[in-house]
Amino acid sequence: MRNLTSKSGSLTPAFFRKEQTAAFLLLFPSILILGVFNIYPAFYSIVLSFFEWNGFSPDIPFVGIENYKTLFTNGVFYNSLLVTIIYSVVVTFGSLIIGLLVAVALDRDIKGKTLYRILYFLPVVTPTVASGVVWKYLFDPTQGIINTMLSYINIQGPAWLNDSAWALFSVSIVGIWKRIGFCMIIYLAALQGVSANLYEAARIDGATEFNILKSIKIPLLSPATLFLTITGFIDSFRIFDLVYVMTNGGPVDETDVLGLMLYRNGFEYFKLGYASSIAVGIFGILLILSFVQWKFTQGGEAY
Amino acid sequence: MVRLIRKESITRRITRHVFLSVGAFISILPFLWLITTSLKPPNTLYSAPLLFPTHFHIENYIEAFQAAPFARYSLNSFIMSAGIVLTQTLFSAFAGYAFARIKFKFSNLLFFILLGTMMISNYAIVIPNFLTVNALGWYDTFAALIIPRAASVFAIFLFRQFFLSLPKEIEDAAKIDGCGKIRIFFQIALPLSKPVIVTSALFSFLFAWNDFLWPLIVTDSPQMRTIQLGLSVFQGRYGVRWTLLSAATVLSILPSIVAFLIAQKYFIKGIAGTGLKG
Repeated sequence: MRNLTSKSGSLTPAFFRKEQTAAFLLLFPSILILGVFNIYPAFYSIVLSFFEWNGFSPDIPFVGIENYKTLFTNGVFYNSLLVTIIYSVVVTFGSLIIGLLVAVALDRDIKGKTLYRILYFLPVVTPTVASGVVWKYLFDPTQGIINTMLSYINIQGPAWLNDSAWALFSVSIVGIWKRIGFCMIIYLAALQGVSANLYEAARIDGATEFNILKSIKIPLLSPATLFLTITGFIDSFRIFDLVYVMTNGGPVDETDVLGLMLYRNGFEYFKLGYASSIAVGIFGILLILSFVQWKFTQGGEAY
Repeated sequence: MVRLIRKESITRRITRHVFLSVGAFISILPFLWLITTSLKPPNTLYSAPLLFPTHFHIENYIEAFQAAPFARYSLNSFIMSAGIVLTQTLFSAFAGYAFARIKFKFSNLLFFILLGTMMISNYAIVIPNFLTVNALGWYDTFAALIIPRAASVFAIFLFRQFFLSLPKEIEDAAKIDGCGKIRIFFQIALPLSKPVIVTSALFSFLFAWNDFLWPLIVTDSPQMRTIQLGLSVFQGRYGVRWTLLSAATVLSILPSIVAFLIAQKYFIKGIAGTGLKG
């Protein structure tokens, strides 16, 4: 009971100032780090993209929009952009559809639910480099397990990673494999918000399981679908390690994603200005994509 | 009330399990192959069994450790991960508490700016950060591996949501005793936040342990390589010796899987929660 009156609640200026100091101290470490290693570099990348620099030379000429001109008149960039977009579309929607099916199948009190959930989720937490190393072997044209299994049923499998028609698809399969568990968890959580009585009412009205999936579940799940589409694109646009380990961009440039192009220019050729213009380009494309998706679905409020 | 939910027919239940088990089998097929291969004597690589181990040739693991300094790589990865987990968790708990419990000027604006930084792609910051780390003399040190990743907006968000959900009354007694906000945080709020600490720590650990691009850019010497880098180099050099490579791969995967299995309940809840709010 001491000092209760002198403190008189929490509105005295001294007390208020103390709170401000506490807030400052608590926020300081995170703000400092995010400021120096997140916010500042985002702007610095934009600035750097107007210069030509190798990272150590004292002479840093301003080149205006020259880097962007080179970028946008460059076949390599358009190839990488296309490869990245194809990869992102295949992985985002492939994992989304399979994840939905698994979630719908699991959305019941069935035996082994936890075990299934864990098994589907294991690839999500597996390091990307290790995943790439393993799948590279599974895809091996002659010794790999996939073609071995296909040969049991008399199918001559393609050369996967070595075949320019299949390489990108093969890498995408690994991307899908790594993302199904994530989609499943998000859909499961969303399905749990739907009352089971709703399905039962539909069944009494004669709806089939497929009708229920199409007319009740999918529309009700659209906020989750929007979330998975946006995060899917953002994550897949980041792809680097998987390709670096599995194909290093090849055969020729069939899997040469934007991340690889940026890494090559920035950290092998030391064209930091040019690499920055690629970074800014990727960032811009992602912003536009998110915005278009958000507009397209009216921020998910349509449902 | 009459229970409306009818029991599923047997055929339907079987279909469900068949679909789920086939999917689950494909999902873990790479792991089965990997473990089986890592335990095979070298000359039997291409012969059956492919998916279920019948040999237990532990020597592969020993040989992999001798062929490359995997002990050193693992140690580096553990130091880096521990540093990132500790700093991210502590700093994010601080910031999350400040956003949830202290009224200060521009609090909302600041929070939205931070959320906005989540939109900044990894690539947009990697080159300037490389230059910053170099300028600070941190190239090829643990400082470069840990400090730039010592903060996490995602973790701040998790902690803020948690502290907002705590009833304010819990803190009132301490307030009457004249405790400052920082003492309340350490003595009351932090001990209560164990579930978020576990979730956040696990996310941080997986991020750190699995990370590749940043360690690739800021380290150079073999003494500073993390396990993922080591594995990628090892693959280039010993790519044909699959029994060794697969043993090394198992070692690089194991900590992630173990961490996930220990905390999987929290982890899945944490992910599901962000999705619903997203």
